[in-house]
Amino acid sequence: MAQTAVKKRRKHYSAGAVIWIFVKYLSLVFFAFVALIPLYSCVVTAFKTEAEYNGTNVMTLPQSWLNFDNFIQAWQKANMGRAFINSFIILVCVLAGSIIIGTQLAYVLNRFKFPGNGLIRNLFLFASLLPGIAMQVTVYEIMMSLGFINHLYGYIIMSMGTDIISVYIFIQFMENISVSLDESAIIDGASYFQIYWKIILPLLKPAIVTAMVLKGVGVYNEYYASNLYLQNKDKLGVVATALYTFTGPLGSKYNLICAGVIISMLPALIVFLLCQKQIYSGITSGAVKG
Amino acid sequence: MTAATVKKEKKPFNLVKWAKSRKGQQAIIIFAFMVIPLLLLFVFTYLPFGEMVKFSFYKMKYIGKRTYVGWDNYAKVFQREDCFRALKLCLYYIVGALVQLIIALYLATILSFKTKGGNFFKGVMFFPFLISGIAIGFIFKFFYTRGFVFDTVLGWCGFNLENLPYWLKDRSVNNWALAGSSVWRYFGQNMVLFIGAIMSVDAEMYEAAELDGANKFQQFIHIILPSIKTIVTLNIILSITGSLSAFDPPFVITKGGNGTGTYFVIMNKIAHTDQKVGLASAMAVILLLIIFAATILQKVFFKYIFRNSEADDETYDAKKRRKKLEKERKKAMKASAQTIQQKGAR
Repeated sequence: MAQTAVKKRRKHYSAGAVIWIFVKYLSLVFFAFVALIPLYSCVVTAFKTEAEYNGTNVMTLPQSWLNFDNFIQAWQKANMGRAFINSFIILVCVLAGSIIIGTQLAYVLNRFKFPGNGLIRNLFLFASLLPGIAMQVTVYEIMMSLGFINHLYGYIIMSMGTDIISVYIFIQFMENISVSLDESAIIDGASYFQIYWKIILPLLKPAIVTAMVLKGVGVYNEYYASNLYLQNKDKLGVVATALYTFTGPLGSKYNLICAGVIISMLPALIVFLLCQKQIYSGITSGAVKG
Repeated sequence: MTAATVKKEKKPFNLVKWAKSRKGQQAIIIFAFMVIPLLLLFVFTYLPFGEMVKFSFYKMKYIGKRTYVGWDNYAKVFQREDCFRALKLCLYYIVGALVQLIIALYLATILSFKTKGGNFFKGVMFFPFLISGIAIGFIFKFFYTRGFVFDTVLGWCGFNLENLPYWLKDRSVNNWALAGSSVWRYFGQNMVLFIGAIMSVDAEMYEAAELDGANKFQQFIHIILPSIKTIVTLNIILSITGSLSAFDPPFVITKGGNGTGTYFVIMNKIAHTDQKVGLASAMAVILLLIIFAATILQKVFFKYIFRNSEADDETYDAKKRRKKLEKERKKAMKASAQTIQQKGAR
């Protein structure tokens, strides 16, 4: 009987409100459909055997959801094992490096007044205006003269440097950490480094998680720079460039390609499911300042 | 971090006192914490930037002889048909970006009201943003292939396959198709951004407006839009500069073939395939100048908007106060009306 009560209350909605609710859910479903269709077709195709792929429409469900042959083949053909190891090494190093550098920079810029503070902030801001791909023309030349091309360490060092958004996330967050904490620590005889290490860094944890997730996804997905600077694909392939294997002779075997695409997407999906909140807040706070 | 401690020990040659004083310690920590980021910023941003400007005056490859040619490269950019035509392609992406902003704004508005499954919808629409450009390239190559996903969906809607164009080959539609993939990738991200901005508006404002009898559209025009106009204009400008530098979709999906090579795709080819580094640098510099112009325009534009909104502020506060009062009055009325209705229902 509770249901009829609900229905009765619903009747109090005006006609306009009912139409609004209808339009609202219709458009949500429509755009969710738009977002999902390309992914759906990809998942479905990845589970199809060669004969099935050739014989059925791309949208039909596969005969068996347990047909992992394509995934195994894609994994082997694209040398995904190596690629995941390389991507993992790059991720760990770049994240550790850029978090340390970024929080230190933010600490200094936020806590100390010194000549050049504003100038340095502006230098970083200006740098964020320069479109990355245009810069690669000459960054490539510099990487070459430093001997950084085709070395993981070179790529790692380059990737650490270009990070402005996370510095802004840190500065914003630090503005809410009371300076009186620093001052009382100084009275207790702490050095500035100790204040950074023992007070600021632990309090920055939420901002660090946000910055790590955002930067991590960016580094993991970066294929243009990794393609340019890690040209030895057998040894230095990363997940983003491993997919390149599927151009050329394998270019029309979409059941393999889709399997490869899904393998490469899985880590991002897992991180997304685990850290939705941090990702959303990172997007919002990064964009407001940037 | 170890760098900092090492520096502190190294410093005291004859300035021991200075190094131990608070000022000295400050200077040391500032120096120690800034060296690496500034070095990286210099080596990977400003040095290449300077080189780029310099290279744009030379005829050169990465390795080998360089000859000074003055403004020749710049003249060539405007003379070569491929460069100039490529610049026009950004119009497709600007239109795409505007469509994407409108969709994002609409969905953000919907989702900022109470919605069943709101988090699910938000997640589904946002996820494409987290997929790598190359994976998206493959997904959309597959999506647009003759008789595959897109054609099937259009078939459901009653279109005949024979009347449909080849989405990636037909020059009249292929740029729209590519811009579409970029809309697909970014609309959810834009939406999340706008939801964040809308959520920062005081929730009481909506309640007050609703009690005043404003419908959703009026609420959107009079409350939501004014309070997030800064972030909306910022995103319009960002999307224009982003469209000028559109790169991923044509680079991965069509390799710039069939007239889909945007400015950066052409530049990338000139730099790394043809090895005409000087010409590519000139192209980059020209685009940078355009982007700077857009950014400066944005700054001027913003100043104008902010001045306006400051003037509005007073009335805005007054409005809020009035709405609050009205809300209380209506609440009382509604409560009494409800009791009457409930009695009637029984």
